[in-house]
Amino acid sequence: MSIIPAELKYSKSHEWIKEEDGVFTIGLTDYAQSALGDIVFINLPEEGDGVTAGESFSDVESVKAVSDVFSPVTGTVTAVNEALLDDPAQVNEAPYDAWLIKVSEVSDSEELLDAEAYEAVVAAEEA
Amino acid sequence: MKLLFERSRSGRGSALLPPCDVPAAAFDQGLLRAEAPRLPEISEIDLGRHYTELAKQTHGVNDGFYPRGSCTMKYNPRVNEEAAALPGFTQIHPLQPAETVQGALEVLRTAETLLCEITGMDGMTFQPSAGAHGEYTGLLLIRKYHQSKGDTARTKIIVPDSAHGTNPASATMAGFKVVSVPSNEMGGVDLDALRKAVGPDTAGLMLTNPNTVGLFDANILEITQIVHDAGGLCYYDGANLNAVMGHVRPGDMGFDCVHLNLHKTFSTPHGGGGPGSGPVGCKAMLEPFLPSPRVKEENGVYSLYEPQQTMGQVRSFYGNFLVVVKALTYVLTLGKEGIPEASAGAVLNANYLMKKLMGHYDMSYNTLCMHEFVMTLQGLAHDTGVTAMDVAKRLLDFGIHPPTMYFPLIVHEALMVEPTETESPETLDEAAQVFLDILAEVKTDPESLHHAPHDCAVGRPDEVTAARSPILRYSFEG
Repeated sequence: MSIIPAELKYSKSHEWIKEEDGVFTIGLTDYAQSALGDIVFINLPEEGDGVTAGESFSDVESVKAVSDVFSPVTGTVTAVNEALLDDPAQVNEAPYDAWLIKVSEVSDSEELLDAEAYEAVVAAEEA
Repeated sequence: MKLLFERSRSGRGSALLPPCDVPAAAFDQGLLRAEAPRLPEISEIDLGRHYTELAKQTHGVNDGFYPRGSCTMKYNPRVNEEAAALPGFTQIHPLQPAETVQGALEVLRTAETLLCEITGMDGMTFQPSAGAHGEYTGLLLIRKYHQSKGDTARTKIIVPDSAHGTNPASATMAGFKVVSVPSNEMGGVDLDALRKAVGPDTAGLMLTNPNTVGLFDANILEITQIVHDAGGLCYYDGANLNAVMGHVRPGDMGFDCVHLNLHKTFSTPHGGGGPGSGPVGCKAMLEPFLPSPRVKEENGVYSLYEPQQTMGQVRSFYGNFLVVVKALTYVLTLGKEGIPEASAGAVLNANYLMKKLMGHYDMSYNTLCMHEFVMTLQGLAHDTGVTAMDVAKRLLDFGIHPPTMYFPLIVHEALMVEPTETESPETLDEAAQVFLDILAEVKTDPESLHHAPHDCAVGRPDEVTAARSPILRYSFEG
């Protein structure tokens, strides 16, 4: 069973979101990292870049495949976890510590799921 | 094992050149190296042993069953090699005057004619070195076509989400923006999604049929019509042509250009025995843009010419010429009757093996397949912890090359199996039994599967380090 912390929000495309004072921190869920397998490269945007809800802002390459990471919100990137560029395995080891980007000036958002609703999404995919 | 550089000893070698029978030519001093390159110096026997040792660590189609989905690992007939080894093909130079290489030009022209007949196209280039190179060339054809009509707004290529990863990559390299459309529940194109995706910015659509899950998309005429009505062109990825060759032609499905993988469908080796070849065929309206040079025949005389609006060259000279010789040998050996028989056999073998495994392994689509089928081991992984990777690795212990793993991406824990037509019923029966035996092991000792293969020279290489920190050159400093 994958870990789904109760205090976070989630997207259907397996990103987790933590909001604090208008800053949205975005990462990949435990289910996502487990489905991807060992991650070998991550491409991240730069500080100041815009992201759009529902559109890809990053891609991750695992030993299985290259996959897009989608932004749950529209806004401006204010911080990038550059440590992941050198050590993408952090996403596999601690998916909820290894955030990808922080987004501010958020003007739009997808419908974000709570832990319970996201658990149902994961259960449906695993069925 | 020791590397070639580690086996090297100064002064050893294998090359015995005949005495020079032409006057020595003077080189421009500016072009000469200051120091000799550091090449390994090795005797013939040591060199032979090195490659034999490498070969023993691998699994080729001559070692055993190789049902690698989407790769069409069919037998490579020896007669192909015999034809390609003829001195009239091997001892010629690409810059020789055309009148001295008429046979070689006839090979290119004949192969073009026959492969155009098989695909329903009007012209073909043999320059692209492999499938993805063919995709790129085909997309440049589409771009040149729209540009020639002054239509510069067509910047988007539509690719289904089940496509081979090379499709979006090639489209991006050719300067297009990729629009991904979702698949329907049968892995085919979702017609409504396609209708929404096309428009005045549509340059074209890239598609395989049968599609990536091994099913024939029965809507194909409607699909190509939707794209044509929007002013776009249709590109056929020939990856799966082995399912329909001689029965259905991409040109008749509404496609405007196509690439073939001679190393898949037309029995030339995938590697080791020779490079790939990804010829691109097209309908008449795209012919003026084909790469240069092309071969033409007039009154029995073959010559080279440059198409007026050519895109130029996509690689040196005429592509991998000897691969074309092998593919032509194959086509002429099979003939008009043998070509459709080969693809019918490929479909029969895939369905035979699928039927034997059905009920034991979960199929992602419970219907007749074309030349390959996709199993999903998601349920097995969920119940037992044994993944598609574990089963694939265990197959190696039984002398079977694993199927394609984790592809297509729309199927979880996928194993994609393509037996090809050149396997006997006995081989398929044995393979089916191995698959079932492995399933029995999963039930009794799932843990051991995580450590498979148990008996191979190479077990589970460190893929992460190989991807992140590959060592690509020898370090003389040690």
